[in-house]
Amino acid sequence: MQTRSDSRPWTFYALATFFALYVLFLYGPMICIFVLSFQGPQGALSFPMRGLSLHWFEDLISQTDTGDIHGAISRSIPLAIIVMAITVVVSVASGLAFRERFRGSGVIFYAALVSLVAPGYVLGIGIGLMFQLLGLQTDWYTSALGAQLTWTLPFGLLIMFAIFGRFNRAYEEAGRDLGADAGQVLRLVVIPIVLPGMIAVALFGFTLSYDEFARTLQTTGSTNTLPIEIWSMTTNVTSPVIYALGTVTTAFSFAVIIVSLSAIALIQRRRFGHARAGAGH
Amino acid sequence: MRWPQLTPYILIAPLVLVLLLFVAGPLCAVVAVSFFRYDNFAIIPAFSLDNYLHLATTHLTYSLYLSMIYFSFLTWVFTFLIGFTIAYFLVFHVRNPLIGIGLFLVCTVPFWTSNVIRMISWLPLLGQQGIINRGLMSIGVIDHPFKFLLFSDFSVVVSYVHLFTIFMIVPIFNSMSRIDRALFEASVDAGSSRWQTVFLVVLPLCKSGIVLGSIFVITLVMGDFYVVKVMSGGARASIVSAMADDISTLLFPQAAANAVILMIIVVMMVTLILRIVDVRKELVAQR
Repeated sequence: MQTRSDSRPWTFYALATFFALYVLFLYGPMICIFVLSFQGPQGALSFPMRGLSLHWFEDLISQTDTGDIHGAISRSIPLAIIVMAITVVVSVASGLAFRERFRGSGVIFYAALVSLVAPGYVLGIGIGLMFQLLGLQTDWYTSALGAQLTWTLPFGLLIMFAIFGRFNRAYEEAGRDLGADAGQVLRLVVIPIVLPGMIAVALFGFTLSYDEFARTLQTTGSTNTLPIEIWSMTTNVTSPVIYALGTVTTAFSFAVIIVSLSAIALIQRRRFGHARAGAGH
Repeated sequence: MRWPQLTPYILIAPLVLVLLLFVAGPLCAVVAVSFFRYDNFAIIPAFSLDNYLHLATTHLTYSLYLSMIYFSFLTWVFTFLIGFTIAYFLVFHVRNPLIGIGLFLVCTVPFWTSNVIRMISWLPLLGQQGIINRGLMSIGVIDHPFKFLLFSDFSVVVSYVHLFTIFMIVPIFNSMSRIDRALFEASVDAGSSRWQTVFLVVLPLCKSGIVLGSIFVITLVMGDFYVVKVMSGGARASIVSAMADDISTLLFPQAAANAVILMIIVVMMVTLILRIVDVRKELVAQR
């Protein structure tokens, strides 16, 4: 061979450039609005920057230009936590169930697929109409909660498929051979092994709920969640206060992402650390 | 000792409950209401085909569906080309697995943030006073700002690609990482070029990832509510935003009929794509 095995082919540099451009495309616009949200009181919706201040964040907190942001946040975060908890429990249970061949598993799989690919707004008006026909009130903790689960559960299920696809069932059998009952096998063997996957499901459950828009719009009743508040601002508000809200909500999402990914990294490191220590003996 | 035969049914029950209450039930409600009549803003239970007839005889219906199919196709082409290239780079060119995971996460992080915010973040870039036009004018490439950048089909497709490429990258990355590297050597030994290896070895082996990604991208664009509306500057509507306009004037049966047609078309598209590969067999590892 002419080239050494560790020298990179030209395609590496071409693809690395392409990757860098994609990352710029992905983050560039977001960085623009973060920068624009720190403008002075004369600020406008586009560059150049007019001054530098926290004016628009103060505006956001005092709600002078906006709707009920505080109320929206006070509903969106509890809702996201409830959706996250339900998504984790139901996804793990369903993932366990799908490992066996049982009657109706095909129908349920395709029903979950429909729930994933159905246009969100269609499910939203469906839930709204169903509540209307049954004479029930729509509210964020009933109809909107259900609507968001139709989005987060299929994602949780897909992740659990990936996790259980690599899961070695010999560990469970070893647990049973050692005399553990079904509950102990689940608690002491299965859950510790799939814990990183469960954190990933929790991350999806929380963030997909926190940012959900199309399914929630017709199901949240008279009170808004944060994405709906943001949506109404895109049509009404023409000041950088909307960029300030974008910065705040994205920073919050980033905090959630960093906490989840760090937790996964910590578990993996501890696990591989043990494995390495074990191999040393 | 095996778990009792009943266990899978107990474990799957919560999912079934949610799917019945919030997917099957609501879709039945939509179908039922699509046959209702409406009069003076009140919904009257009936069995009438008027809503469907009205849609079938309105020119707007066809132009909306055609324009959304056109946007789906364009978005699919770009997200596939970008997604495949990015996944290929991450899987086959990044040698350190930790760096690979890091770069993969760099691609996925925006997925966990608000789509509405990500969409409107294009406005300060693409506008007539935006960065791109100012930049091009300051270096003397153009004298007048490009008008096609914002509030056009261009900005709609840019937003879709920006929002949805991740849905291609993740499944393609997933199926690409499972490809045995020895196949590359085999392919080169058999005398194929770099491109032939990509087209004849890698592409067919990522089929399930590509199919899954395509389902995501196409259904997301077909069901889009706000991107077309905002990024075309109100000049165009999507199928769903037209539905939302009907709802805001309380024309529920009309919107429901439109929703039924959209559901049928989306399910038909997915079924067609699924004929290429059995996604269920690829995803679920059953005994």
